[in-house]
Amino acid sequence: MKVLMNQENKEYRSVKIGLEIHCQLTCLQSKLFCSCFCNYHGLEPNRNICPICCGHPGTLPLLNKAAVEVACMVSLALDCKVPDNITFYRKNYFYQDLPKNFQLTQYNAYGITSIGVDGRLDYGEKASRIRRVQLEEDPGRLVYESGGVDFSSSYTLIDYNRAGISLVEIVTEPDFTDPKDVRIFLNKITSIIEHLGVCNTKRQGSVRCDANISIQGGKRVEIKNVGSFKEVEKALNYEIARQKTMSMHDIKVLAETRDWDDARKVTKQSRAKEEEQDYRYFPEPDLPTIALDEEYVSSIRMKMPELPYERKNRFTANYELSEHIAQVLIDNKELADFFESAVKIYSSSKEIANWMVTEILRYTEEDIMEPKINSSSISTQSSSSFAGLKIEAKHVAELAELIDKNIINRNTAKIILTQIIKTGEMPSQVLARTDVLKIEDKVIISDAVESVFKTENSAVRDAKNNPNVANFLLGKVMKITKGRADPKITLNLIKIKLDGLN
Amino acid sequence: MSKLYERSANEINAGIRGGEFTAEEYIHQILERIDKVNPKVNAVICTDRKGALEKARLVDKKIREDEKIGPLAGIAVGIKDNICTRDLKTTCASKMLQEYIPPYDATVVRRLKDDDAIIIGKLNLDEFAMGSSTEFSSFGPTINPWNTDYVAGGSSGGSAASVAASECPVSLGSDTGGSIRCPASFCSVVGLKPTYGHVSRFGLIPYANSLEQIGPIGKTVSDVVMIMKTIAGADDKDQTVQVTYRTPDYTLSSNEKMRIGLVRELTEGAEPEISKQIYSAMDLFTNLDCKCEEVSMDYVEYALSSYYTIALAEASSNLSRYDNIRYGFNFAPDGYEWNAYFAKIRSNFGDEVKRRIIVGTYVLSSAYYGKYYLKAQKIRTMLKQELRSLFKKYDILIAPTMPILPFKFGEKIDDPIKMFMIDIDTVIANLAGVPAITVPAGFSNDLPIGLQMIAGEFQEQKLFNAALLFESKTNIDRNPEL
Repeated sequence: MKVLMNQENKEYRSVKIGLEIHCQLTCLQSKLFCSCFCNYHGLEPNRNICPICCGHPGTLPLLNKAAVEVACMVSLALDCKVPDNITFYRKNYFYQDLPKNFQLTQYNAYGITSIGVDGRLDYGEKASRIRRVQLEEDPGRLVYESGGVDFSSSYTLIDYNRAGISLVEIVTEPDFTDPKDVRIFLNKITSIIEHLGVCNTKRQGSVRCDANISIQGGKRVEIKNVGSFKEVEKALNYEIARQKTMSMHDIKVLAETRDWDDARKVTKQSRAKEEEQDYRYFPEPDLPTIALDEEYVSSIRMKMPELPYERKNRFTANYELSEHIAQVLIDNKELADFFESAVKIYSSSKEIANWMVTEILRYTEEDIMEPKINSSSISTQSSSSFAGLKIEAKHVAELAELIDKNIINRNTAKIILTQIIKTGEMPSQVLARTDVLKIEDKVIISDAVESVFKTENSAVRDAKNNPNVANFLLGKVMKITKGRADPKITLNLIKIKLDGLN
Repeated sequence: MSKLYERSANEINAGIRGGEFTAEEYIHQILERIDKVNPKVNAVICTDRKGALEKARLVDKKIREDEKIGPLAGIAVGIKDNICTRDLKTTCASKMLQEYIPPYDATVVRRLKDDDAIIIGKLNLDEFAMGSSTEFSSFGPTINPWNTDYVAGGSSGGSAASVAASECPVSLGSDTGGSIRCPASFCSVVGLKPTYGHVSRFGLIPYANSLEQIGPIGKTVSDVVMIMKTIAGADDKDQTVQVTYRTPDYTLSSNEKMRIGLVRELTEGAEPEISKQIYSAMDLFTNLDCKCEEVSMDYVEYALSSYYTIALAEASSNLSRYDNIRYGFNFAPDGYEWNAYFAKIRSNFGDEVKRRIIVGTYVLSSAYYGKYYLKAQKIRTMLKQELRSLFKKYDILIAPTMPILPFKFGEKIDDPIKMFMIDIDTVIANLAGVPAITVPAGFSNDLPIGLQMIAGEFQEQKLFNAALLFESKTNIDRNPEL
């Protein structure tokens, strides 16, 4: 019995995945320790730098208080404890992209913690523990001769525009067993940081995720260099298959760092040196300890925008949406915002929500399926879910109104929608131009029926013996009215007319 | 107008304001003086002739045209070469920064300039301020103006010797474990290490950030006070400066009746000639109706170990940025792999700096962090508490500045521990973050002895009062023959 339980246990625990998510705080005006711009996109290399972020001798870090506020917000949103005092630590290592050859970050040791600890995030039926949330500076960016990450380049260029940008690192416990859950979790995280408004997740490189994974209690493998959240699931699936195959053949899995090769969809051993690093953490003497008292934390709490779960509750309560529909909307903040704008214009929330979830969502996802930017190139624009779609909230609001008032049916509305997405016209305009309005006027329909009866003499004669003739005639009427005639009224008129002939 | 260079900063300022002589005349004299004596003392690394004369003419113009002038108008100030001066080389006496021209002024330098002081040049030091004799300089050692066979002390050897040799009336030094007070004592001048967080460190190239402060050196207490008024106070470029504390105007009074404690361990541990001098200083204060007694400090014996552990740990991290990528000197990386280039570049550090980086790296390594760094911090906390309770009973503590007299060149350079040991009396103020001043107390065999006074946090006023009282009742030679 005992053995069985252990086996079950083992099976359940066979895959362990933990995540390290880096999120640039793009909402800030300036870098974490100097007044250089936070938004360096589109600037020429090394144009967003100063003596402080280039680590000139004698310069001192000046903590951006707004960054602490934002990191505190993220911590609270992930149900973390926020300590009374925070300190920054130096993480010492030599690397070309690191101006001071140490990174200012946070560290949990010696009675001091990072800004958030011991949190938790539920996703669906499951939950992951959040080990810590920490505030730190981004290093600069290395540009290799060949453009990509290539260690065979004969030279390397360094761009310090990014050096010193505020990052929040979210570290989970190894609580995931299924890469699919990782995807759901990352969507959740994305939605949270978007709702907090702290990070423009659509901006290239603003969110990055490293994963560590072990199988059957084996050695831990770190996967780095994953280009986007979407790739994480693929990288993990690949890695599980690789590690399982290895253990099937009795090959030991090594504790190592592997890079995700986006083009070939495989992980490969990182070329970075694999030695046990001693980062020699110690508290940064140039920054005083920052006291975050209860008052401060509660003032942050007051300032916090509505979180996804709160919004979902509001959606189900105020708009009478189902749990499922509300969840689908909330998982994509843009979709939820779009929905709320439409409801403000026309209050038929259920109709609008249905349109969002069944139709609009499809279009936004189709759009995402075709990446417009090469992942290795830096984009100057942010790509919205609605990029390339000309639809706005007012369109969906009017569409819902037209349906509610029985002016058009849902099938017609779908046809109109395909137009709106391309042209951005109002539904009523499309309607007027393409004549898709449903004809209910009995006089008009009678005229059409009359003309069909004239041209289809033989069919009308067969009507006595063949009950299908009425439907045939209906088809003819629909054809000459371009499908606009109300089928019920039309069929009724045809039947009356046929009865009259008898 | 003879020997303007020997006048104090206060006298110079009055002379220029009163029209006795112009700032330009004065600066010419100073530059001549430097040309004459600097080959003997090697205190000045480089002079900014053009900048100094331009500024002098500007000061003269302001006076002529009755414009508002700053409180330091016309005073020549020398700057230790680890304090950044815009467009003027700042080398730290290291090959690593031999070509470094900072793109900005340190806050203290900007404040001096704003107050119409004249930056005369940059002063010699031990490489990256690591040393107690200014023998570890890539520009060669600074020589003690009182006896050219002897060291000037360090690491601000240039700052103290230049003032003693009348190359400038006042200078800025930096004090991490005694680097202002040691050379000031060895050169018979006045030097102040302010309270930690009293003077902005922005622009001070760090050796050990949590310990060091920039401070003034001058021939008189009131000259030191004058500079302190300009450089002290909150700075939005340094978040470790205490913003709640406002710099007082330091109105000097020499009639204070103070409670003074003589630190027994430090005084008895010094050379007999020195401790004798400190005891007679106590007698002098007693005769002036001060309440004096001997006190004992429990944590003195651990201070030096604690100090060197913390200082070297911070140093090892501070100095890692020198990789010659963003600034430094001309050395093309072609043909080098990154790690090889890095190793090649960093071999340019001097031996003492290398030694400190290695030791600092060791004490920070994860296996030894708890054994060394953490323990050192605990000692530091206990020392702070001990001093805090002593300052409830005493206004100031007195002790020797240095346990030994100035020594000859080469005497200690091969024995790092011996060199470390002479900092025993000074490191206490750095560990506790409290202010300390050294004033000339006399000579032994024609070699200077300094009296150190220590006060509680932000109690510089008490130090100044005591120092002024002592200075006014003693008459110790400030001008060596050169």
